[in-house]
Amino acid sequence: MATVKLRDLRKSYGDVEVIKGVDIDIADGEFVVFVGPSGCGKSTLLRMIAGLEDITDGTLEIDGQRVNDLEPSKRGIAMVFQSYAIFPHMTVRENVAFGLTINKASKAEKEEKVAEAARILQMEHLLDRRPSELSGGQRQRVAIGRAIVRDPKVFLFDEPLSNLDAALRMDMRMEIGKLHQDLDASMIYVTHDQVEAMTLADKIVVLKDGKVMQIGAPMELYHEPANLFVAGFLGAPSMNFLDVTVHAVNDTTVTISSDSLDQIDVPHKGRSFTVGQAATLGVRPQYLHPAADEVGRLHGKVILTERLGSETVIDIGLADGSKVIAALAEDSIQIAGTDVNLDFDPNQAHIFPETR
Amino acid sequence: MAAISSDNQGLRLATRYVVLTLIALIFIFPLVFMVMSSFKPDLQLLRDTSSIRAFLPVGDISLNNYTAAFERAPVGLFVFNSVLVTGVTVLLSLLLCSMAGFSFVFLQWKGRNILLSIIIATLIVPFETIAIPLLLLVSKLPWIGLEGFSVGWLNSYRVQIIPWIADGLTIFLFVQYFKDLPRDLIEASRVEGASWWQIYIKVVMPLSGPVVATAAILKFLVMYNQYLWPLIVVQEETYRPVMVGLQYFFQLNTAWGEIMAYLTMITVPVLAFYLVLQRAFIASIASTGVKG
Repeated sequence: MATVKLRDLRKSYGDVEVIKGVDIDIADGEFVVFVGPSGCGKSTLLRMIAGLEDITDGTLEIDGQRVNDLEPSKRGIAMVFQSYAIFPHMTVRENVAFGLTINKASKAEKEEKVAEAARILQMEHLLDRRPSELSGGQRQRVAIGRAIVRDPKVFLFDEPLSNLDAALRMDMRMEIGKLHQDLDASMIYVTHDQVEAMTLADKIVVLKDGKVMQIGAPMELYHEPANLFVAGFLGAPSMNFLDVTVHAVNDTTVTISSDSLDQIDVPHKGRSFTVGQAATLGVRPQYLHPAADEVGRLHGKVILTERLGSETVIDIGLADGSKVIAALAEDSIQIAGTDVNLDFDPNQAHIFPETR
Repeated sequence: MAAISSDNQGLRLATRYVVLTLIALIFIFPLVFMVMSSFKPDLQLLRDTSSIRAFLPVGDISLNNYTAAFERAPVGLFVFNSVLVTGVTVLLSLLLCSMAGFSFVFLQWKGRNILLSIIIATLIVPFETIAIPLLLLVSKLPWIGLEGFSVGWLNSYRVQIIPWIADGLTIFLFVQYFKDLPRDLIEASRVEGASWWQIYIKVVMPLSGPVVATAAILKFLVMYNQYLWPLIVVQEETYRPVMVGLQYFFQLNTAWGEIMAYLTMITVPVLAFYLVLQRAFIASIASTGVKG
């Protein structure tokens, strides 16, 4: 267990900078998830921490020690790869004990540690099988077992669940969460799946184009996104955005409106606006509901109704041609083509100075 | 309808088998002729060539040609020389070329792409063009052996082995195969603390069975069939390999039966080697075309 510190970490391939100065602090025992779209640099960042990619500039500290130039094996990390990366020519037992064999551990130590890892991951019965005889989930377990026996200061996971089918992914997600509780180790987890990020993380780091967009606890990011990107990236279905114009800037709110939105005061949360500026209003689908008085603030027509069982998701076309999604209670069936008036609590809306 | 179509399929299958069998026979006839003739006296052998009897063990069958061949030339020594030179070269070549391939694919060093291009470019240079310069070179190379220091490698096993250990084709085969190995396996090994040597021995080579078999067979064929090079660098009978021995055999005005006996004896090791590795050989050729 250890702390990890990234200070102005940079990575360039020739003239192309892919990691553009990243600062992150990871506390002892913390579960941190790097999340972002493909190509945002999250895997590269993880591989830099692992030592599989050189660090062009900046400082990486693990447990207070600068490790920029240390070999991967000397950094006190263990890594679980997306492809599992287990050795097809070795049995599960040999795979799990690989690091110990390489480091010439005694037979007794090997047996003890492998047995312990197998117990934690409930794979005692698989130890003498070959990887080709295992399912995807079992292979992933072997890869995690190999990480556990190393007794690392930091666990690194590189999209470990993306090769699994949906049902198995949920099981393994819970297991990884449980593993974190049991081992109480620092873990860094890379994923493009915001559900994994929200469910597993103590702290989420949202990345885009090699830069940190926001760092914070999952619900903090969900309720207080720092920018348009984070707002749109986290949450399912994703946040609705409306192009609006600022009419007045007050002490704590701004007054805005658009063709399909009646004038409304929304808290600006310290962001600065000028009168007449174009801005973007964000409202999560869960906070949109049919107006009680049939008047409402948003006016449109139902395009499509999707019944998901626990909720009903409705696509609504607005007068200005844009679209919003409302997630309503399960029995709120709306017929396509009917006019709807929607309402929302301004305190649950977000106003961003950026435009899309 | 169903009956007709299944009849059609049966007919097509039968045709295919007949054609394949004919082709197989065409390929195997020379071998059968060679083996059968090796048991026949010369007069009968020549008479039989005009009929199907050439491929059948009929008439005056004996091992006389074999005894005569052994009396006329040290066939056993020639086969031993060839097997020794071929065996050692194949082993050293697999070791060195796989290491070179490993280095080109997995290690980061300046100039490796250029060097690999140069090595692959050597594939287009026919051996005949470099034979004479190479002869001049090896005739002046020093050597420290059990007998002390000497100059010139002519008339030895080493002159038949060392120049043939590393070659572009074998390195290229390993490079191509290693490139297709999952990169994650190598990185996982590094994270686990394996040195490059351990990665080579414990991870990469155990997964390289198919390419090792291919490289071994190709190298074996080249080495066992060596003719021009040993002809110019080995004058002494002690180090003479089978193919040069064959030419020597012809020069002795030998009877055809004895030549066939000699040929049969030198063909057996090749066939044995191929039969042992055939499954791996076919698998590796198939796997280069179809990625699973």
